[in-house]
Amino acid sequence: LRLIYTTSVVQRKNVAAAGPEKYTEAFIKKQIEEFNLGKRHLANMMGEDPETFTQEDIDKAIAYLFPSGLFDKQARPMMKHPTEIFPEKRKIQWGEDGRPFHFLFYTGKQSYYSLMHETYGMLLNVQENQDQMSAQDFTPEKEKKNLPGSRWLTKMELEEMLLERLSDHDYSRFIQLLQKMVALPYGTNEEKYMQKFSKEITVQLQKVVIDPLQYDERGVAFSTADGQRKTARATVVVYDNGSGKITVNGVDALHYFPVLQDREQLLFPFQFLDRLEKHDMICTVSGGGRSAQAGAIRLASAKALRSFVTEKELEFMRQAGLLTVDPRLRERKKPGQEGARRKFTWKKR
Amino acid sequence: EDRLLTEPLRHPDFFNVKELFSLKDLFDARVHLGHKKGCRHRFMEPYIFGCRLGQDIIDLEQTVPHLRLALNFTAHVAYRKGIILFVSRNRQFCHLVESTARACGEYAHTRYWQGGLLTNAHVQFGPGVRLPDLLVFLGSLNNVFEPHVAIRDAAKMNIPTVAVVDTNCNPCLISYPVPGNDDSPAAVELYCRLFRMAIVRAKDKRRQREVFQELQ
Repeated sequence: LRLIYTTSVVQRKNVAAAGPEKYTEAFIKKQIEEFNLGKRHLANMMGEDPETFTQEDIDKAIAYLFPSGLFDKQARPMMKHPTEIFPEKRKIQWGEDGRPFHFLFYTGKQSYYSLMHETYGMLLNVQENQDQMSAQDFTPEKEKKNLPGSRWLTKMELEEMLLERLSDHDYSRFIQLLQKMVALPYGTNEEKYMQKFSKEITVQLQKVVIDPLQYDERGVAFSTADGQRKTARATVVVYDNGSGKITVNGVDALHYFPVLQDREQLLFPFQFLDRLEKHDMICTVSGGGRSAQAGAIRLASAKALRSFVTEKELEFMRQAGLLTVDPRLRERKKPGQEGARRKFTWKKR
Repeated sequence: EDRLLTEPLRHPDFFNVKELFSLKDLFDARVHLGHKKGCRHRFMEPYIFGCRLGQDIIDLEQTVPHLRLALNFTAHVAYRKGIILFVSRNRQFCHLVESTARACGEYAHTRYWQGGLLTNAHVQFGPGVRLPDLLVFLGSLNNVFEPHVAIRDAAKMNIPTVAVVDTNCNPCLISYPVPGNDDSPAAVELYCRLFRMAIVRAKDKRRQREVFQELQ
């Protein structure tokens, strides 16, 4: 007597705990057929050619025929290929007679364990190879192909590949196995297999490209740059062979900035490079306040001067902090406090 | 259809598993070697032939009929298209057992056993799972030298078990115990080979008989 095969009435089915629904292959095939038919109908309705009706056309047609004011994009009506809607892993893993397809199905994590099984098989092959070679007295050539431009897959990427959840322990075991295989002599024979689990790291040389000098009609060299500070944005054109004139928004700098502090900020880059009366500057600035605009122009002019300057002086400018964007922004006021940091007066009673 | 299923049950050894092995084969594969007498389990005493220099020797005269019964039962289950699950928690033979199972077309589980696999299957796998109809243990203990949880779970779920029991194992809840060594590579390879041959024979016979019946 087997107590497993009872009616569903006796097995108290906790529907909530049943987990996600499983789909059979036949069901998904039917869905794909229905989708293709529907696609052709839609193309006919819109007056387009059914053969060349792409997914983008489908999306546009659906958005036109069923306009929706909902904010959540995923709540709006959509028509997609069934393989995108029904996730791969939720297909039922056994056939009609009840026998599971995969030989490691009863372990729970079938893809991960089959991967480990395969990798271990490769490792055994490598060891056999090594034994054969040492039996024939071939000394293993220790070519250490340490390609620094490759890394193993991350845990997320491996999970995506296997369509299964992994624990950190499982992942580390797998990586250890791969590393063990690589460390053996003749381990690089299985390169093709291992390439599936390694990725290239492209070394990105992040060198800031300095724009070359431009020349206007009169033959005078000039360069343009942008700068920002708080909410102020400034665009600056610095001309060579000048006399130290600075124009801001069509007005002279001395009129625009009556305060000494702001004027000092404007002149700082030039003073630092000893080029106080050698350049002319035309700036446009918007946003922010008095001090912010001055700071923005200072950053923009320093950036513009990079094209005029040698590498050593450039390094000096960078170390002086002339080329760094000031990241400080206004901190928001929080509820329950008077300002960003200031709390309400504490009264003892 | 009925004849297909009832005919094999009339013969005591329908699949002729007797000829698959002999006592000499078991001896050559070192199946008779047990653990030291300090590790001896009380319920294994009837199966032990004696003790030599502190090491227990398993009685092969008793092992032979037990193994024949076990192989016969496995063959009958395979004939009736049952699901056979090979279990072993010995890391040395994990790969071998998995490859054997794959070669037979049956299933294997040589990894960490999650608690609710048999008892909570409908929640873990999904409604409508078919549980294994036979569990074959090629190593009855787990990595902490305790009896494998699957023995108890199979007994709870009314699933018959075949297990290779060594001198430190508990043969109590197992339906077809086979006293023998579970640690030597030679012994385990022998068991794998025997089980595979039995299962393959049974499946071939079933296919033959079905074809024969269709032709009639």
